[in-house]
Amino acid sequence: MTNNTFNFELVSPERILVSEPAWQVTIPGEGGTLGVRKGHASFVVSIKPGVVEVIKSEGGEVEKIFIAGGFADVSAENVTVLAEEAVNVNDLDKDLLAQELQDLNEDLQRAEDEAEKAKVSGELELVQIKLSAIS
Amino acid sequence: MPSLKEYRDRIASVKSTKKITSAMKMVAASKLKKAQDQAEASQPYARAMGEMLARVAAGVNITPTSPKLLIGTGKDDVHLLVIVTSDRGLCGGFNGNLVRKARQEIAHLEREGKTVKLITVGRKARDLLKRDHASKIVHSFTGLGSGKKLSFAEVNEITKEVLAQFEAEAFDVCTLIYNKFRSVLVQKPSAQQIIPFKAAESDEANDNAPEEPKEEDGLKSPYDFEPEEEAILAKLLPRNLGVQVFRALLDSAAGEQAARMTAMDNATRNAGDRINSLTIQYNRARQAYITKELIEIISGAEAV
Repeated sequence: MTNNTFNFELVSPERILVSEPAWQVTIPGEGGTLGVRKGHASFVVSIKPGVVEVIKSEGGEVEKIFIAGGFADVSAENVTVLAEEAVNVNDLDKDLLAQELQDLNEDLQRAEDEAEKAKVSGELELVQIKLSAIS
Repeated sequence: MPSLKEYRDRIASVKSTKKITSAMKMVAASKLKKAQDQAEASQPYARAMGEMLARVAAGVNITPTSPKLLIGTGKDDVHLLVIVTSDRGLCGGFNGNLVRKARQEIAHLEREGKTVKLITVGRKARDLLKRDHASKIVHSFTGLGSGKKLSFAEVNEITKEVLAQFEAEAFDVCTLIYNKFRSVLVQKPSAQQIIPFKAAESDEANDNAPEEPKEEDGLKSPYDFEPEEEAILAKLLPRNLGVQVFRALLDSAAGEQAARMTAMDNATRNAGDRINSLTIQYNRARQAYITKELIEIISGAEAV
């Protein structure tokens, strides 16, 4: 078997989430989604909240990880994703998120000043992205 | 001379103190393990962040329009000190040493005619500095990590406060003062400048990864950035700040437990010594008492 994988690392401030070889990684970059395979040009990219898709070997299963923004450092042999918050999509609970969405919507109605409104709508957006990641 | 009962009471009280201190030592030891694990787990992120920042910063030309977090405000008048201590005491000189360091720093800056502002993290810093520096304290954080473990989100509150103050141009230079965890026996109060960003993280270099930055110089491959370097830098810098603060707090948390463990170990040993010497005194007093009684009986019998 030819070695067509690279080292993929996904770290959050609190722990290492993933550290293993991968064949292809799809990153939701700020300026558009990009797929990375071995030998990709060196690249630093800022990530918007979304889903990182990891495929460990050619034709293998897709592993989806939700991240709430961060940065990715891409080079030919290594890809490091610095995530602010990361959850495996399989661990997300649809009902729980729906509930959260509802709560936040209520909060938004009740929010009094602009700053609070902005905060709540930011959270709201995150939950929506999480929801869409599941379905 | 104290009576026998007094001795007995004293021994009992020292014994119960010993029980408490040895229990606290055990608790601190297990918490230390957790805190150390957590500090270790945060290393890869901090390292990757540092590498990325160095890479991006190298690609950016310093212009007056560069992010202020990188180049500073151009002034050096107002210093903000973020002082990190624990919430609880009974950990030896842990907080005392740190506060002493902070006082020195304050005095030093004031001698140079700078204005000093303080943000205190942990109840001890606030309580100890309140007496003579109350007017300088702009914000206090307490109860961090009171849950199971310190979360990044909690610590980010501090970072946000610092950034908000910086945006409002309330200070020019920000320095973190915290206990660096060297080993279980040594926690070193250290000062680390976090704003403006210092490219050569001196402590980083001599701490754990001296060889890595070197490697960086070797592989100066052309890097692409998306979006622009400047935009990435503007996002990376606050993030990096958060990481630095987080790491300082984790270090401090581990240090606190280590200091408490050492202090309690000493206390337990001292209590043991005290019990021994009290027991000897007690036995002596008891023997003297018995001897006295015997003499009394004998002399009583002789007199008849």
